[in-house]
Amino acid sequence: MTRHTVGIDLGTTNCALAFRDLSEGSGDVVSIPQLTAPGVVEERLLLPSFIYVVKQGEFPDGALDLPWEKQFAYAAGDLARGHGAKVPARLVASAKSWLSHSSVDRSSALLPWQAPPEVERISPVEASARYLRHLAGAWKMSRKGDLDSEEVVLTVPASFDAAARELTTQAAKQAGLQDVTLLEEPQAALYAWIESVGDAFRKTVKVGDVILVVDVGGGTSDFSLIAVTEQDGDLQLTRMAVGDHILLGGDNMDLTLAHHLAQGKNLDSWQFVALTYGCRQAKELLFADLKLKKAPISIPSRGSALVGGTIKMELTREDVTRVLIDGFMPKVLVTDLPRTARRTGLTQVGLPYAQDPGITRHLAAFLTRQSRIAEGRSFVHPTAILFNGGVFKARALKERVTEVLNEWLAKDSGAPVKELEGGNLDLAVARGAAYYGWVRHGHGIRIRGGTARAYYVGVEAAVPAVPGLEPPVKALCVAPFGMEEGSNADIPPQEFALVVGEPTVFRFFSSSVRREDRAGDMIDDVVRNEEFEEVAPIETTLSIKSSKSGESGKLVPVNLQAAVTEVGTLELRCLEKGGSGRWKLELNVRGKEE
Amino acid sequence: MSPALCGPQKEPILNYRFYMAHIGFWDRVKMAWRILIKAPFANKLVEALNQVEAARTRAALPPERVHASALTLLAALQREGRLVDFLEQEVAGFSDEDIGAAARVVHGGCRKAFRQFFVIAPAAPGIEGEPITVPSGFDAQRIRLTGNLSGQPPFKGTLKHHGWVAAEVRMPSIAETLDPRVIAPAEVELS
Repeated sequence: MTRHTVGIDLGTTNCALAFRDLSEGSGDVVSIPQLTAPGVVEERLLLPSFIYVVKQGEFPDGALDLPWEKQFAYAAGDLARGHGAKVPARLVASAKSWLSHSSVDRSSALLPWQAPPEVERISPVEASARYLRHLAGAWKMSRKGDLDSEEVVLTVPASFDAAARELTTQAAKQAGLQDVTLLEEPQAALYAWIESVGDAFRKTVKVGDVILVVDVGGGTSDFSLIAVTEQDGDLQLTRMAVGDHILLGGDNMDLTLAHHLAQGKNLDSWQFVALTYGCRQAKELLFADLKLKKAPISIPSRGSALVGGTIKMELTREDVTRVLIDGFMPKVLVTDLPRTARRTGLTQVGLPYAQDPGITRHLAAFLTRQSRIAEGRSFVHPTAILFNGGVFKARALKERVTEVLNEWLAKDSGAPVKELEGGNLDLAVARGAAYYGWVRHGHGIRIRGGTARAYYVGVEAAVPAVPGLEPPVKALCVAPFGMEEGSNADIPPQEFALVVGEPTVFRFFSSSVRREDRAGDMIDDVVRNEEFEEVAPIETTLSIKSSKSGESGKLVPVNLQAAVTEVGTLELRCLEKGGSGRWKLELNVRGKEE
Repeated sequence: MSPALCGPQKEPILNYRFYMAHIGFWDRVKMAWRILIKAPFANKLVEALNQVEAARTRAALPPERVHASALTLLAALQREGRLVDFLEQEVAGFSDEDIGAAARVVHGGCRKAFRQFFVIAPAAPGIEGEPITVPSGFDAQRIRLTGNLSGQPPFKGTLKHHGWVAAEVRMPSIAETLDPRVIAPAEVELS
């Protein structure tokens, strides 16, 4: 049977599926059968990433069945999104954002976040696994084989940390996928662009180019820098840097417009959803036809009296320009940093949405933070820009980002960027992921770069405790920046002791800017250093059985070693000093203390 | 998909095959022989088959099952574009503005559903209002001639309406357990 590589875009608000035939090299996207109403199965190119937890008896028997399975407990996709808007407490949304949320226990049944007790909750991992199982069903319906025997490339935001990547592969395992590799979404978008331009690629970019990928999805914004280099006369692509996780995307834009128009109107939650949907369409109309001054929005009545009950609104060009373009893509200086809200003692644990909606400010912060690769300039100068995500169907938004970026460049005596025109903005990531699978078989050009972060374990400095003052924490680098898949880091000389039979927890830090640290380097006082971010702690319990001494409470000296697996996840191990013992350290996903 | 959910035009073929499948091989050979040598028998057989066929269809399938796909389409047009609400409402007393606002809901939603189910293309090439030549042997299903209809083709005329054909049909599959008569369920909001 023909083998395929299958690309899966497991998005915050939509999933997509694409493949490449490994014998012919041809490929396409796969349409996804899903429930669009109870008992109605239709094919769509995108699977909305929503799960609706059904109350028993709510729908007639058989109304939730899919062509590949009987289902009683939940619905995923279009029906979940549509019906869930009317029953929000039973709707699981943005599971992917929860996967990367380090303040909660991501493996526990959290979602739907605000559900009443009778609703059976699921973990963000299980939610992701359900989307993957649905896609596996769609793959089966396309009659190309079983997804669990194909090579699957699963995309994650470039900003996903080690724990979020680990959880994504766990979800894939739960969904029964055997052969999974992770790929960063901005890279997938670039692969899709390379695939779409074919040989013209070598004419469009040249050695020395720095490509900025601006990926604004439904719920997240993600930036990456990819350099065009040369080795032995061949063009190479090297991913230089990725941005931090920003929970801000196209859905925020439609919501903002809806809130703007709903001011002073008495709309129920269902009508508000209809307004949000209407805003998206009106916005697209205004962006598509620059001569239009306004676009009408009709919000249908809830009852059957449609004529007379329909609420009329309109979205003006001025609204779109002021609320969307100036609100989300403000003209700022490259030195303007995103506003962050002051943290109060009692932070509500919900999703850590970006406090500043200014995507251009987040971009400025990204480019200036990467000062180590700025070659002496005040920020990194990209020479080309690739947009990804449905948001950029609006030319005006692309143009604004380009305009702002070019202003920064001009002030710093740089040349303007050229835009790399891509293909379908909704499906590029899935297509690019499938293409990457093909590239892994030795075809086409591969983006190199390894991990985009360096990782450190925290070592508490031995100082007298002062009440109310956190002791400074030193960090030992265990995994340097740029580790390639399938490689090990050197073993740092620092020695740790594990207590047999008791859990040992290490504080864990990452940095997306420090590319000079080697394994074994010790950095002072990382907690107050902005280059570091504390991520989920790592822990291990050395069982009595696996230690040689076999005594509970005994200290075993160990060294830490990091490896990047072929899948693309980070693995930390303890190596017994002077012995053969090896233990895997688990990334703790149960939430760090705030 | 069960026979109950297929379009009515498919029904006789499916059922005929089913019927024939229950006649043994030798019986079929005998029948074939008799058909060859005895025309009245053949006619009788066809008639009998048709009667059995019609009876089966009548007994097994109430109209909402025979026309389930039509009801499915209606349900989708209501769900997405509130078409049934619109058609069922008396609109004489409303202003054009009110009707216009509702029509946007109907147009936008129905169009989305419609385009999901069908790919529609003109039945004849050409631009409306411009001259067109209709050749001999034209497809009388796709082209309707009006006006001064005399003489032999090719006919010269003006394209008044380019017509429409469904180039693709992608109707959704419907669970057999669902009652196709329900176009839209009543909605009860709990507080």
